[in-house]
Amino acid sequence: MSPRELPTDAGIRALIAQAGAWRVGRRTVLQGAGVSAAALALAACSTGGGGGAAKPSAAADKSDSDKTLTWANWSFYIDEDDEGNYPTLQAFQEESGLTVTYDVAVDDNNTYYAKVKDQLALGQDIGADVVCLTDWMISRLIGQGYVQKLDHANIPNLSNLTPSLQNPDFDEGREYSVPWQSGFAGLAWNKEKLPNGLTSVEELWDPALKGRVGVLSEMRDTMGLLMLAQGIDISSSDWGDEEFAAAIEVFQQQVSSGQIRNIKGNSYADDLKNEDTLAAIVWSGDITTINGELGEEKFGFALPDTGGTLWSDNFMVPIGSPRKTNAEKLIDFYYRPEIAAEVAAYVNYITPVEGAKEAMADIAPELVENQLIFPNEETLAKAHIFRTLTNAEQTRYQADFESVGLGA
Amino acid sequence: MALTAFAGSPAATGSSGVRRGGRIALLLLIPGIAYLLLFFLAPLISLVMTSLQSPSETVFGQYDFTFNWANYLQVVGQYSEQILRSFLYAVLATVFALLFSYPLAYFIGVTMRRWPLVQSLLLILVVAPLFISFLLRTLAWKQILSDEGFVVTTLKALSLLGPQDHITGTGIAVVFGLTYNFIPFMCLPLYTTLERLDLRVVEASRDLYATPFTTFRTVILPLSMPGIVSGTLLTFIPAAGDYVNASSQFLGGTSSTMIGNVIQSNFLVQLNYPAAAALSILLMATILVLVGFYVRRSGTEDLL
Repeated sequence: MSPRELPTDAGIRALIAQAGAWRVGRRTVLQGAGVSAAALALAACSTGGGGGAAKPSAAADKSDSDKTLTWANWSFYIDEDDEGNYPTLQAFQEESGLTVTYDVAVDDNNTYYAKVKDQLALGQDIGADVVCLTDWMISRLIGQGYVQKLDHANIPNLSNLTPSLQNPDFDEGREYSVPWQSGFAGLAWNKEKLPNGLTSVEELWDPALKGRVGVLSEMRDTMGLLMLAQGIDISSSDWGDEEFAAAIEVFQQQVSSGQIRNIKGNSYADDLKNEDTLAAIVWSGDITTINGELGEEKFGFALPDTGGTLWSDNFMVPIGSPRKTNAEKLIDFYYRPEIAAEVAAYVNYITPVEGAKEAMADIAPELVENQLIFPNEETLAKAHIFRTLTNAEQTRYQADFESVGLGA
Repeated sequence: MALTAFAGSPAATGSSGVRRGGRIALLLLIPGIAYLLLFFLAPLISLVMTSLQSPSETVFGQYDFTFNWANYLQVVGQYSEQILRSFLYAVLATVFALLFSYPLAYFIGVTMRRWPLVQSLLLILVVAPLFISFLLRTLAWKQILSDEGFVVTTLKALSLLGPQDHITGTGIAVVFGLTYNFIPFMCLPLYTTLERLDLRVVEASRDLYATPFTTFRTVILPLSMPGIVSGTLLTFIPAAGDYVNASSQFLGGTSSTMIGNVIQSNFLVQLNYPAAAALSILLMATILVLVGFYVRRSGTEDLL
């Protein structure tokens, strides 16, 4: 007699009977143990995270036989025509005979890192042969040994690199990374709703703008502007936990009071367009691109009077890419002054290529004095580079910044 | 739907074929069991182990297994508000989706029974939104509900919203998004049960002088319980873990974050894998307990 009535369906009945006959025998226990052990072994592989001791080694270069290249980059970051083609990239493909896939895969340094770090640790191909990421992330990647050393002989035009960017602390002599564009984080506003514009971070906290303010999810840019507004020199090393905590407090207060509506990466453009936000902390060049898309000068941009942040995004070749020489060809191409000028005229970021200003005079003379592309001393004096954080600071500050955004 | 699929299976297999059939059935089960071991059990073990790790002292971004169960206490302490909010939003969305879908499913499955063509047309309309990615549909709602959009400006003109109020970035928008996105998953199981509702029973109830409400309460509702249970499960479980609607990229804001957003941030931005894993396991365990309790209470154990 079975204690429970079996279902009437004969197939299921048979299965249950079979399961009963299978009850624990010595063999089945062993089989089961084997399976669990295998599962555990598998699980152990996936949680190891690559380990810190052994750095991966660079993949063998197959550029001679493999004529392809994938370039991962941020949105609004290369010249684009009305059909969605990239004119300079097309020119490069025709000239070099390479087939380049341009992949708008980066929205945020952190999320991109999280996506590819396990493959990098194993030295595998991450599906991109050249990636543009921000200074501090490049610094981390170089430290972890996830970046291939560049052969400067393949990049003769690197001599055009502007002197101020030639020896950053994370990559003396530019052995691993080469700047793509630099830019500012500053203030943007909707010209129809705020005809007087914005000049300071304090004006973002105007009660009239309650719930209509956006800030960047890039911790260094948002916190950089807030700290500058408190009179802290973000590029010097004399500030620490206390100063950061004071700025976080302001940030926390503006978020919980509902003054700040959104904390976003590149997608802040949507909020500005649909007018959910009327004022925001944004990246310099994007605003010109958005105005261009709309066909009107709807949004204004300025560095706050207390200063904005200055950052650079850099080309780097991931450790697992077997197409390094192809990548170097691409970098060399974009270091021609006339090509750099063509890109800059579209993306409106600061080009690191010397001679681009002269080349710009031929393409678009009205842009030569554009402070977003060719900033003069006066503008640069208002732009500050966020100092390098230690790993412990990075973890702590990022966690504090995130928990404000999560409302925790 | 999957839960009700067994109810009508034929009982025609001859008893002489049972032994051999059983062996074949077992053979057929091997791929399924292998799949579960590989894609469910292994990741689950990995997740549990990750949740007990603590950060390495020396290497940035690396975690070592130290049986650090304090991770669980820490995430509960830090994110209890988001955890409770997730379940509140999921319950609200499930209730709203049920209130919306029941009359709709009844209309399609019972009222329209005499016109099968209309029935299938209406069903297509219910399923049609699923042909478009839900990300795009949610983004579309973000546009519709935006500050300068039609809905908000109208509500403001009617003084139903204050001059500084908005909809996107609030809990209302998130619950709305959840409800909207899960309506088809509620509607279809309800339809499949109501479609088979024996109208003669309803007729009998009327013959016995039951009011329409009593008929609904004592006859139609109990008979449609299987549909309600599977519909609410299909809505509640994914809604509790949803991170798209509540994300600030879509309908949510800083005051309406759900547990899914917390996990996403810990995993992808803060690189705090143990916290993310501990939260995932807590979410899974809580859902299991709640669902088990619910299914027991609603008296439909034979479904599972």
